[in-house]
Amino acid sequence: MSQVADVPTEQVGDSSYDGLRLRGVSKTYPNGFTAVDTLDLDVPRGSFIALLGPSGCGKTTTLRMVAGLETPTSGEIRLAGDDITYAKPYKRPVNTVFQNYALFPHLDIFENVAFGLKRRKVKDVEAQVREMLALVELDSQARKKPTQLSGGQQQRVALARALINRPEVLLLDEPLGALDLKLRRSMQIEIKRIQTEVGLTFVHVTHDQEEAMTMADTVAVMNAGVIEQLGAPEELYENPRSTFVANFLGQSNLIEGTVVSRGSDVTSVDMHGIGVSVPTGRTHTDGEKGWIGIRPEKVLIGEEGEALDAPGNTIPGGVVTDVSFNGVSTQYLVRMPWGQELAVFAQNTGRTRIFRRGDRVELSWRPEYAFLLDFSQDASAGAQKGD
Amino acid sequence: MAEMTRRRGRTGYLLLLPAFLTLLVFFVLPFYSLIATSLYDPSGSDVEGFEMTYHFSNYWDAISDYSGPLFRSLVYGGVATLLCLVLGYVLAYAMAFKAGRWKYLLLVLVIAPFFTSFLVRTLSWKLILADDGFVVNTLQFLQILGDDGRLLATPVAVIAGLVYNFLPFMILPLFASLDRIDPRLIEASSDLYAHPFVGFFKVTWPLSLPGVVSGTLLTFIPAVGDYINAQLLGSTGQRMIGSVIQSQFVEANNYPAAAALSTMLMIVILAMVLVYVRRAGTEELL
Repeated sequence: MSQVADVPTEQVGDSSYDGLRLRGVSKTYPNGFTAVDTLDLDVPRGSFIALLGPSGCGKTTTLRMVAGLETPTSGEIRLAGDDITYAKPYKRPVNTVFQNYALFPHLDIFENVAFGLKRRKVKDVEAQVREMLALVELDSQARKKPTQLSGGQQQRVALARALINRPEVLLLDEPLGALDLKLRRSMQIEIKRIQTEVGLTFVHVTHDQEEAMTMADTVAVMNAGVIEQLGAPEELYENPRSTFVANFLGQSNLIEGTVVSRGSDVTSVDMHGIGVSVPTGRTHTDGEKGWIGIRPEKVLIGEEGEALDAPGNTIPGGVVTDVSFNGVSTQYLVRMPWGQELAVFAQNTGRTRIFRRGDRVELSWRPEYAFLLDFSQDASAGAQKGD
Repeated sequence: MAEMTRRRGRTGYLLLLPAFLTLLVFFVLPFYSLIATSLYDPSGSDVEGFEMTYHFSNYWDAISDYSGPLFRSLVYGGVATLLCLVLGYVLAYAMAFKAGRWKYLLLVLVIAPFFTSFLVRTLSWKLILADDGFVVNTLQFLQILGDDGRLLATPVAVIAGLVYNFLPFMILPLFASLDRIDPRLIEASSDLYAHPFVGFFKVTWPLSLPGVVSGTLLTFIPAVGDYINAQLLGSTGQRMIGSVIQSQFVEANNYPAAAALSTMLMIVILAMVLVYVRRAGTEELL
């Protein structure tokens, strides 16, 4: 089920890989719930990967297995060639930034950050801690207790406490979940900056797709214990391979269609009587039917009969049913002749007028932006409810 | 504005009144009476009455006559407290971190002995530790106890009784503070290269200190003053200060001596507690 994108399949037990490698890792709890299902994942050394998915998708369990806080039911975890599947957590060169930080409340900031170094009996703890506190801009708070700091500061202490050990892999478990939106945005940039600066491997677990895309080089979208798709944020967003990814990352219009012909460059699809084409590289089904996917911001909206700059796929006969203007753009819902409502985001460039409810419009999009997904998948999988 | 503050102030005093009256009737007056009694002329009796003569030598007499039982009480109380701490910590730790869904059932079981009388429970220990009882026989069989060795009427029996009777007072505060510890902190220490053993002493133990301090106080203070265990499980050789005070009051009717002993015991315990709490760095508990 799960896939490893762009990585040649290598044998289990190959010790030449210097990153983090999970092979066939499963975790089934005593109550029978399988949190992680034969997962394969390669995290190259020095990269920043985000495990993204809804709660219960197995992302945190995966992280905890890498940390050693959970033992896999089967499979193998290797780090820089060493098998660490069953290694004790305190013997792994892996550190975690815990959700809600888990700072030691009885120790001050300095002692919290020094904890790992002292356990390993490292020399010049003092200098290293000072340096680390400077990196996270907390040098002046060294003698305060964690409860005396703000949420953002505590989060930086948690980061410093893990980073100072220079682990092979740094694990971040929803580290920004407790912060308010504004602080979260600035911490995202901060963590990304620190990662670039120290050059360590980061594995970040989050359910916030924007956070994952902003911070990580590679995003692995997880669902029901498997990785649905793995790739660079742009790649995942522009060319999703499943309805879950299409809906979970951003928003997608998914329209039923029947494949008419498959060429070397494009697949022609009949969409409720209208011929549309999808590039072969974005066709992810072998079936006769499929979901034609198009992102709302890729859909152009125009007056009926107006020639739009999108040759290929033009769909007439739409009626605007909902308009919400938010300054930068306008979001429309357009009811199509076959009864489905499509979402359209139009930039307020001033070139076209803002349509009103009840206006008859024509939609179009450039074929290269469309994608075709397997019809057996649930078209609402991964969609955010109540949004 | 001023009207409001004044009214709020009045409500505050009104609410404090019951507590104040309770303290006055049940603490200040008896305490005054105790101190006063300790300074009466001991030549009086409960029938003829005592005369207030500011007889401070009651204290010197008490010390010279009963320094043995006083010292013994502190030792027995101290040993019992230590044993309670070791036993109670293990149990409270298991309850807080390992018991899972059995946690609250175990908690009820810890409190369960309170449903029967303190006296009856202590008397039943007399049967358990009896000379021909199972425990003594087993220990004799294992050659831990000599053939004519016994447990009853020895310090072992008295301390065992104290440990048994005061263990719940140790477990409850320990459990309360251990249960509050976020298990993620222990995970974090493990993640930061601390062997579970090291993690315990660096994280769990310091975070449980408030429970340790209140548990030891709740055990030590009543254990030192206890006389039931010494009386039922010990002999004259194990007399504790509580027994002495009890017999001075009830049997010898020497109220001034008993009051002087009580006051002294209180001062000694208070001094020890102050030093202990200072050293444990948990002044906020006082």
